Amino acid sequence: MSKPLGSFPGGLKLPGHKAQSTQTPIRKTPISNKLIMPLQQHIGAAAVPIVEIGEKVLKGQRIAKADGHVSVCLHAPSSGTVIAIKNHPIPHPSGLDALCMIIETDGEDRWIEREAVADFKSLSAHDIRQIVRDAGIVGLGGAGFPSFIKMNPGVRNKVETLLLNGSECEPYISCDDMLMRERADGILDGVEIMQYGLEAEEVILAIEDNKPRALSAMELALASRPHMTSTRIVIVPTRYPTGGEKQLIQVVTTKEVPSNGLPLDIGIVCHNMGTAYAVGRALYHGEPLISRIVTVTGKSVEHAGNFETLFGTPIAELLAFAKTKRQQDEAFILGGPMMGVNLSGDNLPITKTANCILVGVHDSAPEAEPLPCIRCGDCASVCPASLLPQQIYWHSRAKDFEQAENYNLFDCIECGCCDYVCPSKIPLVSYFRFAKTEIMTKQREQQKSDLARDRFETRLARQEREQKEKEERQRQRKAALAASKAKKDKEDAATTETADKEN
Amino acid sequence: MALFRISPPYLAGANRVTKQMLQVLLAMVPAVIAMVYFFGVAVLINIALALVVGLLAEILMLKLRQRPIKPFITDGSAAVTAILIAVAIPPLSPWWLTVVGVVFAIVFAKQLYGGLGYNPFNPAMIGYVLLLVSFPLEMTTWLPVSSLAENPVDFHAAFQLIFHGETGTDWVADTVSGATPLDAMKTQIGQSILPEYIINQNLFGFAGGLGWEWINIWFAIGGIYLIYRRVISWHVPVAMLAALFIISGLTSMFAPEMTGSPIFHLVSGGTMIGAFFIATDPVSGSTTVKGRLVFGAGVGLLTYIIRIWGGYPDGIAFAVILMNMMVPLIDYYTQPKVYGAVK
Repeated sequence: MSKPLGSFPGGLKLPGHKAQSTQTPIRKTPISNKLIMPLQQHIGAAAVPIVEIGEKVLKGQRIAKADGHVSVCLHAPSSGTVIAIKNHPIPHPSGLDALCMIIETDGEDRWIEREAVADFKSLSAHDIRQIVRDAGIVGLGGAGFPSFIKMNPGVRNKVETLLLNGSECEPYISCDDMLMRERADGILDGVEIMQYGLEAEEVILAIEDNKPRALSAMELALASRPHMTSTRIVIVPTRYPTGGEKQLIQVVTTKEVPSNGLPLDIGIVCHNMGTAYAVGRALYHGEPLISRIVTVTGKSVEHAGNFETLFGTPIAELLAFAKTKRQQDEAFILGGPMMGVNLSGDNLPITKTANCILVGVHDSAPEAEPLPCIRCGDCASVCPASLLPQQIYWHSRAKDFEQAENYNLFDCIECGCCDYVCPSKIPLVSYFRFAKTEIMTKQREQQKSDLARDRFETRLARQEREQKEKEERQRQRKAALAASKAKKDKEDAATTETADKEN
Repeated sequence: MALFRISPPYLAGANRVTKQMLQVLLAMVPAVIAMVYFFGVAVLINIALALVVGLLAEILMLKLRQRPIKPFITDGSAAVTAILIAVAIPPLSPWWLTVVGVVFAIVFAKQLYGGLGYNPFNPAMIGYVLLLVSFPLEMTTWLPVSSLAENPVDFHAAFQLIFHGETGTDWVADTVSGATPLDAMKTQIGQSILPEYIINQNLFGFAGGLGWEWINIWFAIGGIYLIYRRVISWHVPVAMLAALFIISGLTSMFAPEMTGSPIFHLVSGGTMIGAFFIATDPVSGSTTVKGRLVFGAGVGLLTYIIRIWGGYPDGIAFAVILMNMMVPLIDYYTQPKVYGAVK
């Protein structure tokens, strides 16, 4: 039963700074007057609006439908009126605007009629996936990949292990911790449904050892469900980035996800605790995903804590609610201090992937001119993917992207450990992201030019063929003409002959 | 307005190049004190001279190359290079020897290649080797440890000797020149004297050369401190010392007339400063973990080969430079297995 844990190479022991946001229970953020709903809050295609401007919507009413396979629906987080569908700033590092639906709330917070499922086992796995998709559920760990896809074992793969990620390894973030402490039972509801859908042999709830209260809450909840015999809790050591999917899999199962592959390839599916909770709500309560728990913390936050917040709530309002000392438009971090994005602007909304808002970081990295790389290799010694960041950096800097790729650039998970330890303070991850985008752009261009060349060559071949056919036809026509002429001549000759004879 | 970087991570560890270099300097202090004890204050004069010249050369080159001066002077790398050369040069060498070595190291071996981080060879060793091949006599005559000298050199005499080539007193210059224990060992083995007799001479101490053994031990202690503080990794020194120990052990087992004992080799000449302070230079050394083992072992083997069969009594500098040339090859073939690599 208790197999020895594996471990991943490298990693960091980081100061957690989690106590600040775990002193108070989860609080509800007040409903904002205006909810800004970006149509794309997930990986994949943006949802397509199905309500008109001026239309009244109820809380939980579907306002946009999934478009294509990798996409999910979107729901009104509260009741009110759609007042606009327009481009609006979104919380994205590019700072670009995107299409958003803006709902003016009426304060009644009136639900649409919900359809709860009493016994999920009466449904097929396919039906469950459909419900999850219709409920707009995406991975709440931060990436926002549509969850229904990850609840499909596929035809060739058999799922041995469903892994629930309770390793919130980034400093400051505590939303999963608080969710486990307060809603362990709700999480297990979802876990059971996920296991049923995936036909997973076993379920492992992996929780870091720096969350003793979450751990005991989960243990208690699991103990009260004696029928969940194939589910167990595994305590994993706290080390950044244990919560990375690949790293957690390595720690818990000692297996490695193949490069360019998926966990499913080795019989593992990994979901976030918050996602499981959302799945439980969707099935047992008929509630679509319209809110999430957001950690608001940092040096400048007075009432730090976790807030159950409706999607579309302006981040500035949430920060004000948490009593944040902040200038107007002062920058903040969305996500954790190691992998989050640096944003500014008061009009940005909370979306499905917003796990943490961080204002004011301790030991923040200074914006300083980096020194040259001295090849000390500290970066390689902390790299959880066993890469040689110093070599990838060398080649990325020289724009020798082919070599960077040869040093397995694309296995970099951008955890930032190398940046953290670099004595020259080189922004390594930024270089790697730059190299990745350059390579991908080049590949796309290559594809485009391949396509163009194909088209050109096909056209050339067609023209050649047509030319040949034309020539062939001409030849045939000529031949026919010649033949008919010859025949005619012959006939003429024959006629003459006959005539001669007659004469 | 909160000031932080535009892209993640926003957290930074406390590690800095300057801190590492200062740790290296700190770790050399005990051994330098030992050198002063055994060879007199001339050591300190050389260090001071090398530091001044090294920093001036660095500033001048940075100016010529139009690079910012402050970050590259405060990184401490020029100071480390200068001091490494200063302690490798015989203490009473004329001032121009130090100047030529340090200037060549900083200007040619370091700055002309692009400065910190871009030099393929260990600058200190390039400077040292230039002196060794150009001025072999000056570079191989060390003064005897002060306990063996009839007339220990005081500060005034040392200063006069270094800068004027004479003491200005009736001080006997004869005691100034002498062979190092490594040199004596090599020469006398060449004269078919058995090593076991050689080490009974008063030039030798309990394990290596008199005085030298302590200097080596203090360099080793400083080096272990650097490993403890994670400024250097253990791989290079351990591999180098192990290789040197094993090959000298094997040789003394099968051909004892050819070599000093393994312990003698570990605590003689530049072994320990080489293992912990020179071969560990990250810029010119191997950057992978396995590569560092190969690199260190290579330095150890080559050092021994040069000591026994080469033309020079000590071989650290040549060994390090030769292995520097191998680094791209070593790094290429010692890449770690990446997470999820498909065979």
